[in-house]
Amino acid sequence: MSRLNIELPGLKLKNPIMPASGCFGFGKEYSQFYDLSKLGAIMIKATTVEPRFGNPTPRVAETSAGMLNAIGLQNPGLEKVISSELPWLSQFDVPIIANVAGSVEEDYIEVARSISKAPNVHALELNISCPNVKTGGIAFGTIPEVAQQLTRRVKEVSEVPVYVKLSPNVTNIVEMAKAVEAGGADGLTMINTLVGMRLDLKTGKPILANNTGGLSGPAIKPVALRMIYEVSQAVTIPVIGMGGIESAEDVIEFFYAGASAVAVGTANFVDPFVCPTIIDELPLLLNQLGYEHISECRGRSWKEHGELAYHRA
Amino acid sequence: MIKKELCKIISQKEIANDIFQLTVEANLVNEIKAPGQFVHIRVDKSFDPLLRRPISISSVDKGNSQFTMIYRREGKGTSLLAEKGQGMQLDILGPLGNGFPVNELSPGETALLVGGGIGVPPLYELSIQLIAKGVRVIHVLGFQTQSAVFYEKEFLDYGETYITTVDGSYGKKGFVTDIIKNLEFDCLYTCGPTPMLKAIEKEYSDRKLFLSLEERMGCGIGACFACVCKSSEDPSGVSYKKVCSDGPVFRAGEVLI
Ligand SMILES: Cc1cc2nc3c(=O)[nH]c(=O)nc-3n(C[C@H](O)[C@H](O)[C@H](O)COP(=O)(O)OP(=O)(O)OC[C@H]3O[C@@H](n4cnc5c(N)ncnc54)[C@H](O)[C@@H]3O)c2cc1C
Ligand SMILES: Cc1cc2nc3c(=O)[nH]c(=O)nc-3n(C[C@H](O)[C@H](O)[C@H](O)COP(=O)(O)O)c2cc1C
Ligand code: FES
Repeated sequence: MSRLNIELPGLKLKNPIMPASGCFGFGKEYSQFYDLSKLGAIMIKATTVEPRFGNPTPRVAETSAGMLNAIGLQNPGLEKVISSELPWLSQFDVPIIANVAGSVEEDYIEVARSISKAPNVHALELNISCPNVKTGGIAFGTIPEVAQQLTRRVKEVSEVPVYVKLSPNVTNIVEMAKAVEAGGADGLTMINTLVGMRLDLKTGKPILANNTGGLSGPAIKPVALRMIYEVSQAVTIPVIGMGGIESAEDVIEFFYAGASAVAVGTANFVDPFVCPTIIDELPLLLNQLGYEHISECRGRSWKEHGELAYHRA
Repeated sequence: MIKKELCKIISQKEIANDIFQLTVEANLVNEIKAPGQFVHIRVDKSFDPLLRRPISISSVDKGNSQFTMIYRREGKGTSLLAEKGQGMQLDILGPLGNGFPVNELSPGETALLVGGGIGVPPLYELSIQLIAKGVRVIHVLGFQTQSAVFYEKEFLDYGETYITTVDGSYGKKGFVTDIIKNLEFDCLYTCGPTPMLKAIEKEYSDRKLFLSLEERMGCGIGACFACVCKSSEDPSGVSYKKVCSDGPVFRAGEVLI
């Protein structure tokens, strides 16, 4: 009997571990290391209507226990993703979650309509939270009404459930979560990266050509946990958690906070085997903690230790 | 095939001011295809520093399952790396990327190898392999100052070697480009700082020329789009090459430097 399987809208997951969008390309590179069918799901790189080159380089900078990126949604465009990347991925027994991005509402709708028809795409992840593009992206992710309207319009055209990826770059994440839930979202994924910057010691110039970039990696884990803890109590739709996960212990911590599944991003760069390693280690950790099934861990922090006080206010 | 392997350090020593030569034992040597390929090193088990560091392979000893790297102590990552000693283990991902093509030249032809600073190391294995093919090799190696010069004798064993330093404290004062002007060659291979590569490409784009590029990396294997550069045919468009997996070595004119 599996101790790791999870069912979420549109998704029958063998296990709750999936690579996060933008940290795994379209899977090819990592298929050199292991069989991608081992994964619970794959969140593919953001797709836009037209191909995008993205930002100038340097696009990454490092910081203690984290990294900043300003890739700028580089991707081969909708047509190529549908005609070549997704068919290639169909050789694996793994559901795909397609990350949908754009500059205006119509872009999101066009990508969602077409990509949701691909047979191996089982859910969409609306990327309303990319900090690295000038228009769109972040605006959709910081104004609740705008996010709600976008969610509603994408839901109208999508043939598969729609998850909305929330930005941590807001003062009230619960408000955003509730807004997209009311817009019809089937689930949430969180968190995207936090806007940050690094400066060169000799020149004083920002290291990233884009000046600012999104912070990811272990450094953001506590922020992600706090936000998932708050949001998962305030909505009824499931949350796929991410932000600095690199071990089986981290996965359990995200479940305790209220996540129903998790995604692993930056850690893939540090260790290409991180996802299968976590999947192998989870049952042993469940033994140690005395759980039969991973779903029993979900929301333990607030179920056993009380709700966050200011939520009730 | 790219491998991730815990490799044993056979030796590490400082061969010039802040320049370290590091030799490891690794099965992944059998996967090394061409000089100019690199590896991605996790310098510490902790998450600080988080990312791996790209370092070129400078020579390969398949018989003993060993390979050598030469690097400069710069920031956090390479400083930690410099503290590692014999017998310790290093987490290495590699070999990565595509190296310098050695089959561009026939026996008797002349290759000009031009290196700047920490761009010099991968040229060493290139020289070894070209010589083994019967190609004549000339080296032009540029450094900042005398204390940064390394491997002069090693390169001399394989062919004519010119050294330049920016401050004139050793060899000829000036830049590598001042020396290249006066040399005859059939193919030029180069690795070093971007301004040097740009100057060389500008001058010799009509010749057989291969350049090894540097870019900040995330994954090192082609998945994250951190290290892209534009294709030359499409300078304002969306065509790109990834330095980590399409490069780091490119033919002149392939990408915009
Ligand atoms: C393909 C390739 C091959 C290389 N081969 C060699 C070699 O043989 N010998 C050698 O001494 N150096 C080499 N370098 C440069 C080397 O990777 C950097 O010097 C090193 O990453 C600096 O790390 P740090 O922690 O000391 O510096 P920090 O400044 O602390 O590094 C911070 C971040 O910036 C990145 N970074 C800093 N400088 C560079 C750079 N020049 N290129 C790419 N990333 C950088 C680091 O990887 C790290 O992610 C190579 C780079 C590339 C891309
Ligand atoms: C290099 C890089 C590229 C990313 N690209 C995307 C993207 O295209 N779409 C998206 O929704 N999130 C993207 N993200 C954000 C991640 O999916 C994830 O939300 C974030 O990095 C936090 O997880 P982590 O700390 O495990 O990396 C990217 C992150 C990184 C580091
Ligand atoms: S470093 Fe990730 S694509 Fe090159």
